Formats: sequence, structure tokens, C-alpha cells
Amino acid sequence: MLARDESQLQRTPLHALHVARGGKIVPFAGYEMPVQYPAGVLKEHLHTRSAAGLFDVSHMGQIALRPKSGQVADAALALERLVPQDILAVAPGRQRYAQFTNGDGGILDDLMVANFGDHLFLVVNAACKAEDEAHLRAHVSDSCIIDSLSDRALIALQGPKAESALAKLCADVTAMRFMNTGPRNVAGFDCFVSRSGYTGEDGFEISVPAAQAEALVTALLENPDVMPIGLGARDSLRLEAGLCLYGHDIDTTTTPVEGALEWSVQKSRRSGGARAGGFPGAEKILSHFEKGASRRRVGLRAQGRAPVREGAPLFADATSSEPIGKVTSGGFGPSLNGPVAMGYLPTQLSANGTSVFAEVRGQRLPLQVAAMPFVPNTYKR
Amino acid sequence: MTTLFTSDHEWLHIEGDVATIGVTDYAQSQLGDVVFVELPKVGRALKTTEAAAVVESVKAASDVYAPISGEVIEVNEALVAEPALVNSDAGGKAWFFKLKIADKSELGGLMDEAAYKAHTA
Repeated sequence: MLARDESQLQRTPLHALHVARGGKIVPFAGYEMPVQYPAGVLKEHLHTRSAAGLFDVSHMGQIALRPKSGQVADAALALERLVPQDILAVAPGRQRYAQFTNGDGGILDDLMVANFGDHLFLVVNAACKAEDEAHLRAHVSDSCIIDSLSDRALIALQGPKAESALAKLCADVTAMRFMNTGPRNVAGFDCFVSRSGYTGEDGFEISVPAAQAEALVTALLENPDVMPIGLGARDSLRLEAGLCLYGHDIDTTTTPVEGALEWSVQKSRRSGGARAGGFPGAEKILSHFEKGASRRRVGLRAQGRAPVREGAPLFADATSSEPIGKVTSGGFGPSLNGPVAMGYLPTQLSANGTSVFAEVRGQRLPLQVAAMPFVPNTYKR
Repeated sequence: MTTLFTSDHEWLHIEGDVATIGVTDYAQSQLGDVVFVELPKVGRALKTTEAAAVVESVKAASDVYAPISGEVIEVNEALVAEPALVNSDAGGKAWFFKLKIADKSELGGLMDEAAYKAHTA
């Protein structure tokens, strides 16, 4: 993440709660965040997969895009000038994964876009939020008011017991399905609840006024199924789920096609679609759709026990001197009880089952290209 | 038997001309859950401060350095099979390797238990 002066680190509205619960606090994207609690990364990860994990993600940016016309379609069309997704088709009460692209077809940030009926609600990455807001102001101010919701906290409740835990505070949530979203009253507080997350598990993301965040989290943690989870397990969970970490697995040099995110670009924005192109880098991205890209993000499983981490160069065989790609995220997958990684390879070597080698501490370790997610997701579709 | 410590949070049990080496409980608490250990080959000649072994948690990889020079005469294979021993018994069952001490004068640069306690306080 971006290097920043530690004295300028910000705190989320849940900082005191993290400290009180023994969270190990580290600088992350300009914030003091808990990397783990006393239970440790392994137990936190496994608890999220077996019960429910509670994450503070208040460092992420929450932005309301309010159409000056009052018509949410106008905000959707304005945002479509910046992303290759079909935003007009996002129905009220639904949300969609999107990317801000640059003129070279690279990715400036990835984000969630929700239709709240009369406006759009965006959640963007912490490290990019200032740039994203400036980007929106520069390009959609003609038709939208860009409203930074910096007075709200954001938490995620993830895992098979997330629904029952949240339903105790908001009975409505049992009727929601994956990617449903909207305002909900949770424990008496004015929240935005979406059925989504970053772990591969069923679960919810809850935006709550900052002043009420601690009360809401305290109420959720009274449930013995719910454990607070730090950034360490958040990373191992999303890696097992095959989900990209911006700045690592996708960045300004990777197109959505190279990033294996074709599924996120709807047909209406591709060549021949009703609103084809019209976003930054469209020429390059649409050419990647038609002719393919020369490299591709893939999942990688090791045969041995040694974790293969970010930055490890990839080779076609055990002896060649020229790397053919590199690992962009990697570590140990607690649910798989083994190493797991993702990285970029030449497209002709990206088929599942292809053997490649990673260089770790001067040794070539055999890897196989593997389908993602590594751990099946459990979304309630 | 004498026990000595390094500022990198390793311990050495000295018995005659053999040093048994592991990481301290403080080190394991900082590492977090250990999931992988790589040990040096028996017979390898190590120099002081050379990277000798690797210990990896879910989050990160760390080197275990040779605190003194010497030849590796035995490694703890049980640790490779069960890396979590580092967390459960850092000062005991989770020893990493044994060195035949090359130069006993190098022990003079290490800390005793009282000095190490002060170092981590």
C-alpha cells in the first residue's frame, strides 16, 4: 500500500473496540487497522468459514452519486462513461461489481455499484478513494452530485452463521439474496445492508452511521457465533475465494480481460451491444475481448507445502532463465491446508492443469494452473 | 547446559561442542500461526548470521539465521511434519537444528536469559 507518515494515520470509528479486544494494529492504506486478534489468523479464517466473522472495513470509501435530474438512470449513464459495466441494467435494490478504467484499458480501481432507487451508492478501495472521488468530480459533476459519505462506518459479517446472527437485529435480511442491497433498519440504526462480501461465503456488508458503529458491532459480537476478524484472515479468505486484491492482482497495467474479469463486463457494453464502448480504454479492452490478450490472471496450486508469495517469478520449466510471469498474491490457505496463489501467465499457458514453476529462495517449485475459486463459494443466489 | 539468546529472538542450548537452535516464545507470538518450516541440509557449513532455515506463517515468511558458525549435524524433521509445534512449544519440541560449534569464542556475543528478557521488555 501507499507509504504514509504514521503520524497521519487515520482511525475508523471502531478503533477503540479493536484495541479493547486485543487487535494487533498495523498501518494499512492510511489507516490503523487490526491485522489479527488474539485468536490469530488461522482460527479467525476457519471460524469465518464455519460460523461468522465480523470485519471492520470502514477504511473503504462510500460515495453517493446523486443525479441532478432526480432520475437514477441519469447517474447510471454518467457512471457508464467511466466503467465498462452495464449500470443502467442494475435494478433498484441490486448491486454489481465494476472497475474504473483508464485510457490504456487498465484498472484504476474496482468497486461495487448499488442502485438505491433515487441514487447510486458506490463502495471503493481505501487506497484509491481520494483519486476515485476526484475522478468522479472531473467526469460526472455535470449530471451528478458526488457525496462522500465519510460519516459512515462499514462492516462485513461473513460466513454460514451470518444470516442468523444479523436476522436477530433485522428480520428482513433472510429474504435478501446475493447482491441484493438497500436501506434497512438494523438494531434501530439507519443502515445500508447488502448481501455480499469478500470471503466467498454467504454474508452481508453493512454501512452504519459512524456514531452507531460501535453499538452495532457490540450487539453482533454478543452472539457467540460471531468473532472479530482482522485483515490477515480477510486476505487469506479472499485469496481462497479467487477474488482480486486491487494494486496486486489487478492494477493500472491490467485490462479486465487480462484480469480474467470478462464475466463482469456485460454484453451491452461489448462490441455489438446497445451501448458498446464509451468508457476509458474501450478500444484496447474491446480488442482484448475480440482477439484475446497475451497474458491472463490464473489460479495456482503448489504440489509441496511451501507457500509461494507475491512477487515470485514464474517459469515454464525447472531450468529456463527467462520468467514468463509472476505471482501477484500468494500464501497459505487455511481451509485448503496448503499453499494457494494467483498470478499472470502467457494466455497459451493459462489452461487449468498446466505445469509451471515458481522460484522461491533460489529453488524452482512446481505449480499447476488451477480453477478459481479454490474454495467453492456459498452465495445465496 | 547453558541457554543463550540472540537479538533476532533465537535460542541456543549449549551442550559440549553442540548447539541446539530454535526460536523464542516471543518470536512465535510475533510470527503468528506457523504453517511451514524449511530446514538446512545435514552437513551444511553455516557462517554466523547466514540464513539457515525458513519459518512461514499464514501472513509472511521469515528467516532463521545461524547465530554462530558451525556444521549442521541434525535437523528436527518433526517440525516439517508439524510446523504448529513452533507455536505450541517454541522453547522445547520445536528445536530447528543442531550445530557442531566451529568457534566457541562466538558465544561471547550472545545474551543470557536476563539480558534477553530485558531486550524484549
